[in-house]
Amino acid sequence: MTTSRTLRGRVAVVGVGETTYYRHGKSEDAEFKLALKAILAACADAEINPRDIDGFSSFSDDRNEATRLATALGIPSLRTATMQWGGGGGGCCAAVGNGAAAIATGQADCVVAFRSLAQGQFGRFGQSNGIETISGEKSYLMPYGILSPPQRFAMRARRFMYDHGIDQEALRAIALASYHHAQANPRAIMYGKPLDEAKYDGSRWIVEPFHLFDCCMENDGAAAIIMVSAERAKDFRNKPVYILGAASGSGPRFAAQAHNSEHYASANFGTVAPDLYRMAGVSASDVGVVQSYENFTAGVLMALIEHGFFKPEEANDFLQPANLLAPTGRLPLNTSGGNLAECYMHGFELVLEAVRQVRGTSTSQAIRSDIALVIGGPMVAPVSNLILGSEKVL
Amino acid sequence: MNQSKFYLPEGLPIPVPESDGLASVYWNGLREEKLFVQKCTHCGTWQFAPEWICHHCHVFDPAWVEVDAIGHIYSWERVWHPAHSVLKDHGPYLAILVELHQAGNVRMVGNLLGDPMQEVLIGSKVKGIFEHHLKALVPHSLLQWRLEIDAI
Repeated sequence: MTTSRTLRGRVAVVGVGETTYYRHGKSEDAEFKLALKAILAACADAEINPRDIDGFSSFSDDRNEATRLATALGIPSLRTATMQWGGGGGGCCAAVGNGAAAIATGQADCVVAFRSLAQGQFGRFGQSNGIETISGEKSYLMPYGILSPPQRFAMRARRFMYDHGIDQEALRAIALASYHHAQANPRAIMYGKPLDEAKYDGSRWIVEPFHLFDCCMENDGAAAIIMVSAERAKDFRNKPVYILGAASGSGPRFAAQAHNSEHYASANFGTVAPDLYRMAGVSASDVGVVQSYENFTAGVLMALIEHGFFKPEEANDFLQPANLLAPTGRLPLNTSGGNLAECYMHGFELVLEAVRQVRGTSTSQAIRSDIALVIGGPMVAPVSNLILGSEKVL
Repeated sequence: MNQSKFYLPEGLPIPVPESDGLASVYWNGLREEKLFVQKCTHCGTWQFAPEWICHHCHVFDPAWVEVDAIGHIYSWERVWHPAHSVLKDHGPYLAILVELHQAGNVRMVGNLLGDPMQEVLIGSKVKGIFEHHLKALVPHSLLQWRLEIDAI
């Protein structure tokens, strides 16, 4: 790879913003208004004029179109409008990478990447009524009662746990870490609602092997970041947070329908994680803090393994709560509370938290935070990931 | 047909082939108690779910081959939380992923018939049972599975 074909150090995040996070259906604001509020909050954080924005990037068929946003904000020149294909949160990091790519290649100067959700207005991922007939992938699943995301992913998790002897306690540790960090984060939906081992063990099954606390919340809100070129980044008031690497994609035939992925018991980072580390020029041991998308805890388990933090046979030992907690755990994980306990902004809140870690402003700051990893949407296709870093590691 | 013969309550989404007819042979086959899977006549690669091209050699229109509805449990889940109104108060149910060794290890999803609280062992041999929904809005058939030791 030549140096011109990389994002490393060429684009920086200079602003982050989010709305209040709500339980699903509880936002009084329309979804589009939430998007605008998050974008304006990110602009205020960066102290940038919203009219300087010239691009928007999102994922998972975000309903809040770039052209409507540009129109509503009176933006004089829209230069890029990018949507990452694929559902769920697989694109939460790709939205950042795609926006950054537009800046690095001179197509745009100031790009917002964002996600906005008002599930009371538009319905939830976790319920599927009102469908009479179905074709394609879902036709092989829904008639057998496999309708919602936890039902679609439980068998991947079960097979991985079977293959490698993973204990339920490993999944529990991931949930406990998210909830622990949420107790320090006033933005978190689960702030003031701690989780302990007994409460996890006693919680109902959603679908085995997922207890209630293995599953993400569903929420309303919006989150956004502002990106500019590295050359301009130091003109802004915040400590610049540079993109060291971004990758997205899918392994061989991962999306083969009716659960026919060649590497079935996988989070689908087998090809995407090496791509990311190659661009960033770092390895797993250089990463100080990780935000890893918890659609389900087992997705985090597999994603961390595929990103090289431990081997499958080490999972039961590594995934102990103490190892996963900021400031000094071996691998501080989901330090805002993540999808389980901060807010399920389809993973975009994880991007904001990684920015805060590199800035040094997290509510659960990790000691080693100059290189921060974000892992998006495990077990879907395409997935994406992102490594952010401080000026020190450029 | 008596409703009690169905593993799950009626009213779940009904499977139909795509408008381009891609999976017609599969769904029509189940109606006749036959299981068809694609097998490329050029390179011999098995393929499920169907596609218009062989993913291995890129010859179009892979052939459909009838295979025995016999397989082994590759993974499983016991579902507790209802994600559809017709499943409310239905209680737990079992879904399994079945691997067909006689068809290039393609996999398909179904329900494991019998006690929903039974212990499920990966690797167990299962036999396909065709479940006909003839009075549904769109008549269709599903492929369910029973442990081979219990098979009628």
